[in-house]
Amino acid sequence: MERPATERQGAAAIHVAGVEKSFGDLQVLRGVDLDVAPGSIAALLGSNGAGKTTLIRILATLTRADAGTATVQGFDVATQPAEVRESFSLTGQFAAVDEILTGRENLVLVARLRHLPDPGAVADDLLARFSLTDAGGRRTATYSGGMRRRLDIAMSLIGDPPVIFLDEPTTGLDPQGRIEVWQAVRDLAASGTTVLLTTQYLDEAEELADRIAILHEGRIIVDGTLAELKQLLPPAKVEYVEKQPTLEEVFLALVGATPTDATDGTDATTDTAAGAEK
Amino acid sequence: MSTHLVSDTRTLLGRSLRHILRSPDTIITTAITPIAMMLLFVYVFGAAIETGDGEYVNYLLPGILLMTIASGIAYTSYRLFLDLKGGIFERFLSMPIARSAALWGHVLTSLVANLMSVVLVVLVAVLMGFRSGAGVLAWLAVAGILVLFTLALTWLAVIAGLAAKSPDGAGGFAYPIIFLPFVSSAFVPTDGMPGPVRWFAENQPVTSIVDTLRSLFAEQPVGDDGWLALAWCTGLLVIAYGLATRVYRRRFA
Repeated sequence: MERPATERQGAAAIHVAGVEKSFGDLQVLRGVDLDVAPGSIAALLGSNGAGKTTLIRILATLTRADAGTATVQGFDVATQPAEVRESFSLTGQFAAVDEILTGRENLVLVARLRHLPDPGAVADDLLARFSLTDAGGRRTATYSGGMRRRLDIAMSLIGDPPVIFLDEPTTGLDPQGRIEVWQAVRDLAASGTTVLLTTQYLDEAEELADRIAILHEGRIIVDGTLAELKQLLPPAKVEYVEKQPTLEEVFLALVGATPTDATDGTDATTDTAAGAEK
Repeated sequence: MSTHLVSDTRTLLGRSLRHILRSPDTIITTAITPIAMMLLFVYVFGAAIETGDGEYVNYLLPGILLMTIASGIAYTSYRLFLDLKGGIFERFLSMPIARSAALWGHVLTSLVANLMSVVLVVLVAVLMGFRSGAGVLAWLAVAGILVLFTLALTWLAVIAGLAAKSPDGAGGFAYPIIFLPFVSSAFVPTDGMPGPVRWFAENQPVTSIVDTLRSLFAEQPVGDDGWLALAWCTGLLVIAYGLATRVYRRRFA
């Protein structure tokens, strides 16, 4: 195999330059430029329909770009798709696990398709790493959302690809599930994997990413660290806002009762306290 | 990449077969309509149908077998559609596998599942009095034609599965094919049909395939029908395979 370009000092694990893509008359990507450094977590932010998934699909060799170049680990997605597929793993927007198979069978399936020597051992190891050992023998249709997504990510790790694409990894998960996924992503980056994740949750990008790129109307309009992004706006300032009395306060003043004396006193206290904070 | 075609296809075949083993009802529902038709025609209409010598069930079985396969392939479209919709298909395609293996896994699964349904229908036919003195070679020829017919229809089913927008659409394309045997020599001889219908019945693929199977079961010479049946099945297979591959490439460039 050819020597990957990333072995050169400072080369990007993911490199996107001038990528364009249209579906009929709809121009989804209008010249996207993006670089992701090896071993870092990059977040691609954008509202629904911004083209995040389209960009991931191009990088994952599932869709062809109309123009521009994209490389993963130095391999061109258009001319070296087979090498690219050896270099990354994709976790799609909807947890793509086989519902009829058990968790363990899902992992064995992927290990076989990646042509690894001992699929069973790979599966057992990942079940343990993702705290799914007990659930491994159950059909994934019975899993909770968080468990499915964990299994989904575990399936992506098989074969230790150097790059992982996570397309909206926490969409539709409850808070507990999100925290589980976040931890899994952090562990990945700590072990040297390059992660490109898309999200529409700003706090998720803030929580996880080394660099954040904002995709808007088909272009990357900003790309930088969280601190750099924050500098784009004027520094934090203190504002004085005139506080209007609420109807509740007016009512209480008129009837002469204090909030604590009121029958629903606890509610009233929290409401006024919350109001005062604003 | 093509070095992995066989092993990847085997892996994905194993996966789909496991699906079938865990819901064997698909085999049974595939066989139920043809079995019901067979009961209806043998025990209700059969007495009024003039097909010459011999048991009516012997006359009927070949058409029923084609009907079984036509209803079985709807599940192939359906399973393919679900894989595409659920995202697992894209997961497969994003991995370093032979890309056509993702389709071949479904195609071979269809072959296995349909042959199981066919065996089930034949067993019921035997219970109903079907008898054949056909030798091993004739049975192999029957199996060969049914395999070819299944493959041809399965690749049609792949096109439907790739193109469908809804699960109903994925399975619905099979209905016209299921009813094609009615306008053929499968249930009644074509002699009594009015002109245009008779012309259609005698020149559509089901008739030549049914007549071939019937001759093989009855230990009669197959004649030109055999070549015609072979030509229909192979032609259909080549065209369906070509179209399916095109649709596939266009969708996943």
